[in-house]
Amino acid sequence: MAMMKSVPDARGRFGPFGGQYVPETLMPVLDSLTAAYREAKVDRTFHQEWMGLLKEYVGRPTALRQAFRLSEQLGFAVYLKREDLNHTGAHKINNTMGQVLLAKRMGKHRIIAETGAGQHGVATATAAALFGLHAEIYMGEEDVKRQALNVYRMKLMGAEVHTVHSGTRTLKDATNEAIRDWVTNVRDTFYVIGSVVGPHPYPMMVRDFQSIIGKEARRQFRQLTDGLPSHIVAPVGGGSNAMGIFYAFRNDPVSLVGIEAAGDGVDTGRHAATITKAERGILHGSLSYLLQDEDGQIQPAHSISAGLDYPGVGPEHAYFHDLGRARYESITDRQALLAFHQLAEWEGIIPALESAHAVAWVIQEREALQRLDAKVLINLSGRGDKDVDAVAAYEEGI
Amino acid sequence: MTMTISEAFARARQENRAALIPYITAGYPSLEHLESLVKALEAGGADLIEIGVPFSDPLADGPILQQAATEALARGVKVQQIFDRVKDLAVSVPLIFLTYVNPIYRRGIDRFITDSRRSGVQGLIVPDWPWNEMREAQETAQSQGVAMIPLVAPTSTDAHLKDIRNAAGFVYTVSVTGVTGARSQLNHGVGPLVERIRQHVHIPIAVGFGISTPEQARETGRVADGVIVGSALVRVIRDNRDDPSGSAESFVRAFRDALETK
Repeated sequence: MAMMKSVPDARGRFGPFGGQYVPETLMPVLDSLTAAYREAKVDRTFHQEWMGLLKEYVGRPTALRQAFRLSEQLGFAVYLKREDLNHTGAHKINNTMGQVLLAKRMGKHRIIAETGAGQHGVATATAAALFGLHAEIYMGEEDVKRQALNVYRMKLMGAEVHTVHSGTRTLKDATNEAIRDWVTNVRDTFYVIGSVVGPHPYPMMVRDFQSIIGKEARRQFRQLTDGLPSHIVAPVGGGSNAMGIFYAFRNDPVSLVGIEAAGDGVDTGRHAATITKAERGILHGSLSYLLQDEDGQIQPAHSISAGLDYPGVGPEHAYFHDLGRARYESITDRQALLAFHQLAEWEGIIPALESAHAVAWVIQEREALQRLDAKVLINLSGRGDKDVDAVAAYEEGI
Repeated sequence: MTMTISEAFARARQENRAALIPYITAGYPSLEHLESLVKALEAGGADLIEIGVPFSDPLADGPILQQAATEALARGVKVQQIFDRVKDLAVSVPLIFLTYVNPIYRRGIDRFITDSRRSGVQGLIVPDWPWNEMREAQETAQSQGVAMIPLVAPTSTDAHLKDIRNAAGFVYTVSVTGVTGARSQLNHGVGPLVERIRQHVHIPIAVGFGISTPEQARETGRVADGVIVGSALVRVIRDNRDDPSGSAESFVRAFRDALETK
């Protein structure tokens, strides 16, 4: 298998995707961020500090173990990478620890972030509290309602939460507002982006911070089985947990499968299956795939999972899709809910609704995977406590 | 006969004043208002007119222009309809489009630029399309005679000012870090910024963002070749639904008068 080219290039391009599409006001700050990140990346002190925090504060490495009852039910081996066991309950904190350390190094005292499900907001508020920095989090009105628990957690840690009332009142609009804040307060503010999206260097930087997941998983899987998994399955909204686990395996003979949210179904117009539709466009700083109409107006996404409810996707996923290096499938709200219950009953693990999409695809594909005698590794990107109210409401038909 | 961008600035300069550049959003309050609004702006003394092509996610805009775009799109305004309407406008001052990169990319960069020229649009302002990402568009823009308007911000580097030295049309100087919208205080650092730009480029320099009163326009007009007023005008249109054109005309006339009595 040929080695993949090292991307992005100096202009932040993953093949045709990526780039820097932001107001001129922000261009100088992106240049200094790129330079600061490149310096930090090769600085042993920075790396040691980040790794120390991941070990002693976040609780890494996270476990990787076979899910025996699930394996037995399905008739092939299924393993779980337990990102739900991280402090704050999801993979998001790998990235916020890195970015907030970088903010500190650059002398920025004010931190802003966007959040959908609230996991990135919580992880940012956590990192800011740890370093005594001030954090302001933008969150859409819809998400504030359906993720009330996470709003409270952010406030407990001293973050200010701004409710966004414009547009679809979800992650897309929270991101618009965060960018508007950033353009206004560019001189003293560090914008902590939560996924592998945004203008260069963010897709690269977030990927690098999240690639700890795949590095650990590759080592753990080899220790456990003496080999590699046949498939790695991960949910994709913006795509940070998926890129995080895919990246270390990109040159291995392993099928990489990203699972998008089909919502009510990809033909209903109520979904978030951006790559499945594969229409190119530019939003929030980079060229990638987008849900949009014939005029390029962004279309609202829909998913029961607030973390997947985004009309774009990271440019490196668009690149992987374009190259055929990863395949992208989709799972409906209903299927994800079923998997949410099944994993809880079979394994005693309540997955985040995002992660439940990956579990659901593995269940759906059981016959094909059985025939392949597959060894499937699922990235369990977060825990489902935050979703319990939303699931109960959905099941009561509210 | 329609003036070119450079003729419009030259005329203002001959009259010893800065050019006045008002902005309106196409489709707000409705597409039917576009023609009467443009005529009103011209009658009120506009030297160039910026027409916004609404986008669903206008991240460089403040609340007033966000609302205008949202309402226009909710009414079902389409890009093709805007091109068709603009083509039929009989107007003697140059028209400039302001939009975001995705509607251009989606239509096809070359097609959007060609359609702009066919509709009589002489320049494009695209706040989320930085100069270095725009290179592929420059060739088409040049061959079609459509100016890709460079933006300069208070944070811009000298390297950026060097990059735009051969730009056509005029420079759009963003007076403050932030989004569009009326501000009670002007940024007094804009004078030095304009002087810095002048050391690198030889096309006219206009200033926008936050200019909302005739007094602020007069002050800005002392240092710049053009003064852009957007949110404050759209607010007046919003607040005078029974007579948007009449109120827009008198609003623009007050700015023009202020620029003439510096």
